[in-house]
This record gives sequence, structure tokens and C-alpha cells, in this order.
Amino acid sequence: MVLISRPALRDCGKGLFLIVLLLAVWEAAALVIQNNYILPQIGDIFAVLFQPAAPVLGGPSMIENATVSLREVLTGFGCAALLAIPLGLVIGSSREVGTYLNPAIQILRPVPPIAWMPFAIAWFGIGFHSILFIIAMGAFFPILINTVDGVQGVRRSWVEVAGMFHATTFERFRTVILPGALPMIWTGLRVSFGVAWMCVVAAEMLPGTTAGLGFLIMYAYNLGQLQVIGAGMIVIGLIGLFADTLFRAGQERFFSWQGRD
Amino acid sequence: MEPVLCVRAIEKTFSGADGACPALAGISFDIAPREIVCLMGPSGCGKSTLLRIIAGLDYADRGSLHMATDNNGGTARTAMVFQEHALFPWLSVYDNIVYGLRLSAQRVPEDEVARRAEALLALTRLSGFSRSLPHQLSGGMKQRAAVARALAGEPPVVLMDEPFSALDPFTRRELEDEVLRIRSDLKTTFLIVSHNPEEAVYLADRIIVLSPRPARVAAEIPVRLPFPRNPADPAFLKIREEVTRAVLGAE
Ligand SMILES: Nc1ncnc2c1ncn2[C@@H]1O[C@H](COP(=O)(O)OP(=O)(O)OP(=O)(O)O)[C@@H](O)[C@H]1O
Ligand SMILES: [Mg+2]
Repeated sequence: MVLISRPALRDCGKGLFLIVLLLAVWEAAALVIQNNYILPQIGDIFAVLFQPAAPVLGGPSMIENATVSLREVLTGFGCAALLAIPLGLVIGSSREVGTYLNPAIQILRPVPPIAWMPFAIAWFGIGFHSILFIIAMGAFFPILINTVDGVQGVRRSWVEVAGMFHATTFERFRTVILPGALPMIWTGLRVSFGVAWMCVVAAEMLPGTTAGLGFLIMYAYNLGQLQVIGAGMIVIGLIGLFADTLFRAGQERFFSWQGRD
Repeated sequence: MEPVLCVRAIEKTFSGADGACPALAGISFDIAPREIVCLMGPSGCGKSTLLRIIAGLDYADRGSLHMATDNNGGTARTAMVFQEHALFPWLSVYDNIVYGLRLSAQRVPEDEVARRAEALLALTRLSGFSRSLPHQLSGGMKQRAAVARALAGEPPVVLMDEPFSALDPFTRRELEDEVLRIRSDLKTTFLIVSHNPEEAVYLADRIIVLSPRPARVAAEIPVRLPFPRNPADPAFLKIREEVTRAVLGAE
């Protein structure tokens, strides 16, 4: 499978233009200001990035920090998906269940995941499990909402075709509802991965963590090492971009039929 | 000959927001094996409702349906072709066609599935496209695939709800010819809802005209012309005019 086609590559080139411009403006400003506590130089930021396996500020290396964050995100995201997809399938299929659950869901949904932090620490202690809880909270709702929408968007005529061939309830679910809802579920996963990735950084910034990209940024802030913060932000951005590219490639590969029939 | 489908005094009332909406007020007719019957009537009179009841997708309030039993002793089954093909867009043409055969209700062995799929792909001239997804096909090809899917379970009666109305006149004529061919090859019975008098007279052995809602049978018009029919033939034109007047009169 080709991930990037030739026109996509050309678009990449166009997109690179603004990035280079931003970096140039940044660097020019940094050279004028000459103050590492306000604007670190690009060269210093890249010096951190180009030694990804070296200890940063006497702590874990960039790779180690990124691995810790990724592991937390994948675990929290996985837990959220395991809960949200089945629940979404049920709510989407049954208006009755929906009327019981929707008000609670609509109230919990707008609460920023990070607001759960005090409870998370009280219930799960400082560290890994609290962070997982925060991530799962953030990742849960986009998956749930999109799964419900996906099921409700399954065409009536597709369900009727299953009925016409005397499909059992389970077969109707397996051969029509699930595949019909899958593109939306995938969209939910994509959105929710982005949210989870933002949550992990915020959650790691809180006291008591010892590794992770959020931890690194907070630690560097306390030591006044702004070039490390810049490097951390770039790594966060690149990993987010990479994940989103994978999700989009999956969408094009498996759900090219969506909206076209 | 014993009818393959007996429709007796079917009644159906929908309960809508504006109170009860009677749709069908006692519909009765028989269909003989290998017959092609076209169902016509003013828009909103209940043709789709009747077809859906026969297909088992909806229930009648009163009345009865009888289908001749097939050779396995079970009740003969119907299959329906929807107006807008309703193919599963995530399945290939092949998998769409054999969809019903793989369900536990039929559980046809996989080699038999393959055999029937080959035959149907050839019959509907889709052999080169078995791996394609529906969105890669033209409108006419999609509708042919939907017809193949309905035929796969070898149902004695195929129901079609305005199956070709979304197609251009040339593709439409091709598919009408296909229906005639399928009838003579597979001995299938067809009940077809149509809005087009020419299509009805081109295909049907008999045309049933329904009255406006609540629908009753307003007229039954036999079409005794030999196949293939010529729409320019004066006898054809005369019946077409008679059908048009019957539908307008019903309105
Ligand atoms: N699910 C439903 N609930 C309530 N009323 C319905 C429902 N389905 C159909 N009706 C009503 O029943 C009547 C018959 O509808 P139906 O779709 O059978 O008409 P039709 O003859 O197929 O029309 P057309 O030629 O326009 O397709 C209409 O008045 C419609 O409003
Ligand atoms: Mg209709």
C-alpha cells in the first residue's frame, strides 16, 4: 500500500513552506531577543531533538518519555474503546436504553477530563492509574457519540434486506449494523486518539509523575530550560500527526465506500 | 394451475400523527406460477406497503397471504428488489449477491454458493465485476446486481418496487428484457410495481390497477400479446392507452 501519493507529496511541499517560514521568524526573533528564558533558539531545540536517546536534564531520554506517554495513551484509549464501542452499539440500537442513559452522558461529556484529577488521585493514587483514568475519560465520549451516530445512520433499507433474507438478530447485527456503523466508529477512534494524546500531556504535568512528555515539559519549565519544552512540543505534535495519518490511511483503505453508493 | 401467491382481503391502517391513515382496504388477487404481474396506481395509494407486507417486512391488520409450498415442503419465500438497489456498499458484488445464501436461514454450502454466484453473474452480465464494490458500478449494473441478489435464493416469487425507475430509458429497456429472460430461464414469478404504462405493457401478463388510498383493486387488465413485444405495435399502444386511462380513472 502506498501511503503517500505524488500529488500528496506535492501538497506536503506546499505545507512545509509555512513551517519553514514560522521557524525562520522564530529564529530571527530569538536572535534579536537573545534571551533563552523568553525564546530559545531553533538550534538549541534541535540539539535536544537530535539526541533522542540521551538523558534530558538528567532525567529520562526523549524516547523514554515518549514511550511512557504513548503507553499510557494506548492503554487508556484501549480501555475507553472497549467500553464505549459496545455501549454505543447498544444505545444506538435501542431508543429505550438511550432515554435512560443520554441525560447522564450529556452532562458528563462537557466536563474537561482534567477536572477529574483530584478524584482520580483520591481513587487511584498518584501516577499511572490516575493518568489512565483521565485519558480514558477524555477518549470515551468521542467514541461513544460517534458509535451511536454510526448505528443510527445505518440505512433502513440495508436492515430490511437482512430482514428479507430472514437474518437472525445476531446476523443482522454482525452483517449490517456493525459494518454500516464502522466508518463512524473509526472516525470516533480517530478523534478520541487526538483527545487522549492531549489529555496525557496535561495529566502528566501534575505533581507526582516521573516520566512522560508532559512531565518533561513541566520539569524543564521548573528548570527554565525552554529549548527542552520546545523540543517536547515538537515531539508531541509529530506523534499526533503520525497517528492521525495512520487513521486516515485506514479510512481510505477500508471505508472508501462511505457516502458513495 | 395452482397459484403461487394468493393475496386475500389484505387491510392495513397506519396510525400517524394526524390520526389513522387507512392504506389498504381489502386487496385480493392471485398470481400464477411464471406470471409477470405489474401493480400500478396513483402515488401514495399503498403499492409499496402491499409489497412490503408480501415480503414480510410489514404486517397486515387483516387478511391472509398464501404461498405455494416449495419442493422442500417449506413455505416458498419471496425476495424483493428495492427502488434504490440497497446493495451493501462495503461488500463486493459477489458478496452482495450471495449475502442471503450465507445466512443461517439458508446456509448453502460454499461450493453451491460459488456455483450459483457464477451463474447469476453470467445471467446479469456482471462476470467481470464480481470483485468490484457497488460504488464502482453504473446505476444499471447496480440494479442488475440487486436483481441477482434477489434471485440467489431461488425464490419462486420476486417482488420489485419501481426497480428501474431511476434508470435512463435505454438501460431500463435492457433490464426489462433481462427480467423476461430470467422468467423463461429460471421460471420465476414476478410482481412488479411500476409507474410507467409502457414498462407495464412491455413486461406484464396482467396489470393490476389500484384505486387511491385506501387502496382496492380498481381494474385488472390482461395483456395478451406475444413476447417480445413491440411498443410501436398498434395493439401495444391500445393496451397502453387503456392502462393509462385506468390509472387516471382510478385517480
Ligand atoms: N411507516 C408508515 N407510517 C405511516 N404511514 C405510512 C407508512 N408507510 C406508508 N404510509 C402511508 O401509507 C400510504 C401508502 O404509502 P406507500 O408507500 O405504500 O405508497 P405507494 O403507492 O408506494 O406510493 P408511491 O407510488 O409514491 O411510491 C401513504 O399515504 C403513506 O403516507
Ligand atoms: Mg412506493
